[in-house]
Amino acid sequence: MEYIETDKKRMRTATLLSIVPGLGQIYNKQLFKGIAFLIVFALFVIEMINFGAEALIGLITLGSTPGMDHSLFILIEGSLQLLILLLFILFYAINLNDARKVAKLWAEGKKVNTSIKSILFNMVEHGFPYLFTIPAYVAMVFAIVFPVLVTIFIAFTNYDFYHIPPAKLIDWAGFENFTNIFFLSSYRDTFLAVFGWTVIWTVAATTLQITIGIFTAIVLNQKFIKFKRVFGIIFLLPWAVPAFITIMSFSNMFNDSIGAINTQVIPLIDALIPFVDIGSMPWKTDPTFTKIAIILIQGWLGFPFIYVLVSGILQSIPEEQYEAARIDGAGVLQRFRHVTMPAIFTIAAPIFITQYTGNFNNFSMIYLFNEGGPGSIGAGAGSTDILISWIYKLTTGTSPQYSVASAVTLFISLFIIAISLIVFKKTKAFEMED
Amino acid sequence: MNKIMKSQKTSQFVGKFFTYFYLLILAAIIIYPLLITASSAFKAGNVAAFDLSFDTEWTLDNFKRLFGETLFGEWYWNTLIIALVTMVVQVTVITLAGYTYSRYRFVGRKKSLMFFLIVQMVPTTAALTAFYVMALLMGALNQTWFLMFLYIGGGIPMNTWLMKGYFDTVPYDLDESAKLDGAGHFRIFIQIVLPLVKPMIAVQSLWAFMTPFGEYMLAKFLLRTPEKYTVAIGLQTFINNPQNQKVALFSAGAILIAIPITLLFFMLQKHFVAGLTSGGTKG
Repeated sequence: MEYIETDKKRMRTATLLSIVPGLGQIYNKQLFKGIAFLIVFALFVIEMINFGAEALIGLITLGSTPGMDHSLFILIEGSLQLLILLLFILFYAINLNDARKVAKLWAEGKKVNTSIKSILFNMVEHGFPYLFTIPAYVAMVFAIVFPVLVTIFIAFTNYDFYHIPPAKLIDWAGFENFTNIFFLSSYRDTFLAVFGWTVIWTVAATTLQITIGIFTAIVLNQKFIKFKRVFGIIFLLPWAVPAFITIMSFSNMFNDSIGAINTQVIPLIDALIPFVDIGSMPWKTDPTFTKIAIILIQGWLGFPFIYVLVSGILQSIPEEQYEAARIDGAGVLQRFRHVTMPAIFTIAAPIFITQYTGNFNNFSMIYLFNEGGPGSIGAGAGSTDILISWIYKLTTGTSPQYSVASAVTLFISLFIIAISLIVFKKTKAFEMED
Repeated sequence: MNKIMKSQKTSQFVGKFFTYFYLLILAAIIIYPLLITASSAFKAGNVAAFDLSFDTEWTLDNFKRLFGETLFGEWYWNTLIIALVTMVVQVTVITLAGYTYSRYRFVGRKKSLMFFLIVQMVPTTAALTAFYVMALLMGALNQTWFLMFLYIGGGIPMNTWLMKGYFDTVPYDLDESAKLDGAGHFRIFIQIVLPLVKPMIAVQSLWAFMTPFGEYMLAKFLLRTPEKYTVAIGLQTFINNPQNQKVALFSAGAILIAIPITLLFFMLQKHFVAGLTSGGTKG
């Protein structure tokens, strides 16, 4: 559409006036909206003068007098102020955009709401989706976004047991924590060992639970099976019973000297199977055996979820597809490969991925079974610790290393997000419909 | 001809044999540890070995001791309160948000959905230091409300996605015709659409309710005195000291937690698959 010169000027004036939020709206004859915007702007300016400016400066210095300035609180207040600033910038952009848009409406001779009543009505009518999603945003910002922001900041400080405020100040340390983790031998060796085991654990345990889950679903899906419901209920139990209970029970059962595995299960296997003589195993005292035990237990714990999911999918595959494949001469294995597997994976692939990322951070399994032990591999980590339980130990131990823990947290987050994004892109599972 | 039929029958028999063999072994592997825990709860005296044996004196003493000598009652109460608040608040929030994302097209919708998706990937529990510092600043260390808040907030992005996916399966024609009849926003939401997503709300409620019963790390990290504990950290104190293990008490407590949770689980179980597949994959 072509605008005549006065209209263009009108739009420009409205936008320019909006540099002070509200003025542009008043110029557009939307007095009520203009005053509301002006109030928000005034509140922000007052907040900045009284509190905000100082908080932002504090974020740069992190305090100067030990004992007087509490670096942690300064850091938190600064982060909070940063969030407020971001919200204001968002509001500011909306304000500029609004002034321009309404001026354009005037220029095109379209109807513009100027009365308080019609503006309020418009707000309720179009504000409905925003009103309904605000609670989710507030909770998410304070429980996730803000903690992540604080974690990022702390990862670049020297916050540890030598620097506990208010007695001591915390200072910015640049990339020191990251260079320590990746290059300083004491941290690097631990980090590489823990990260390596985290990956092995994730892949082994998750693949095991998915394999058992799919296999069990297919076996139980055969038509001739009697007592299907009974088996179905039993196979759900590991999922239904809270995991911490079973992990702690298993932890008792795998006790080297008095646990059921060494005193009952292995003797039974030795007796039942000829020429097999296993004997007692050091489940809790040898790292390799602890690792084997926790992978097996996770298979036990995790397969029912997959089994339920895959059972549902199997029942939704139309019988004709198998018929057609049979007519084409496909055998049992071929039907499985070309009909069953594709059906399972198209639906369940994204859920399988969440299983992998979940196990990557499966703190309970590692910590409740053997507290990340046995033994230690330096820098506070035990021989079966994964990254998340190492973070826990770095944060809770007698000599906490908060900043290093935060740096590892950042590493985990970026790693998980990167993997998830790659997979989601590939599977297109989360494609939006419009 | 006879030979072929015979070999077919044999292979069918072998197939059946291995099927039942597998199912029975798996069932045994599942029941065995659960039975050990369950039976230990009723054993008299100081149970030392954690194995399956029925050669013992049976008693209800452990349950009496659990409530008389330990803080188990308080732990249960704490956990129940946290679970109920988490459930009510989280399900309300995600139902509102899920409905909005499914039904309304508004400025910023796609961007904010993307934001939910990314935030959902952040392993929030890892931000321990940040939670610690926030708790210090707000005096929230050892306070249940802070833990509730983290449970509620942490579950929102993923569950909003699942909820939206389920709302998407309710046909739009329903609200269109209601709109033509003059129903307002709230009427359509509460009277038309909400009743149709009850199964998903039930599933989400159960998950939100179960989280505080099973979560260990944040609770252990934030709750510092025994009378504030939840059941997960409380029960662990019975067995984490190798010199003084109270296996029987642990088992008694475990039963009292596992039975109600398991029953709730089986009541809602038939809705699980629908909730998962419709929400997780349709987008």
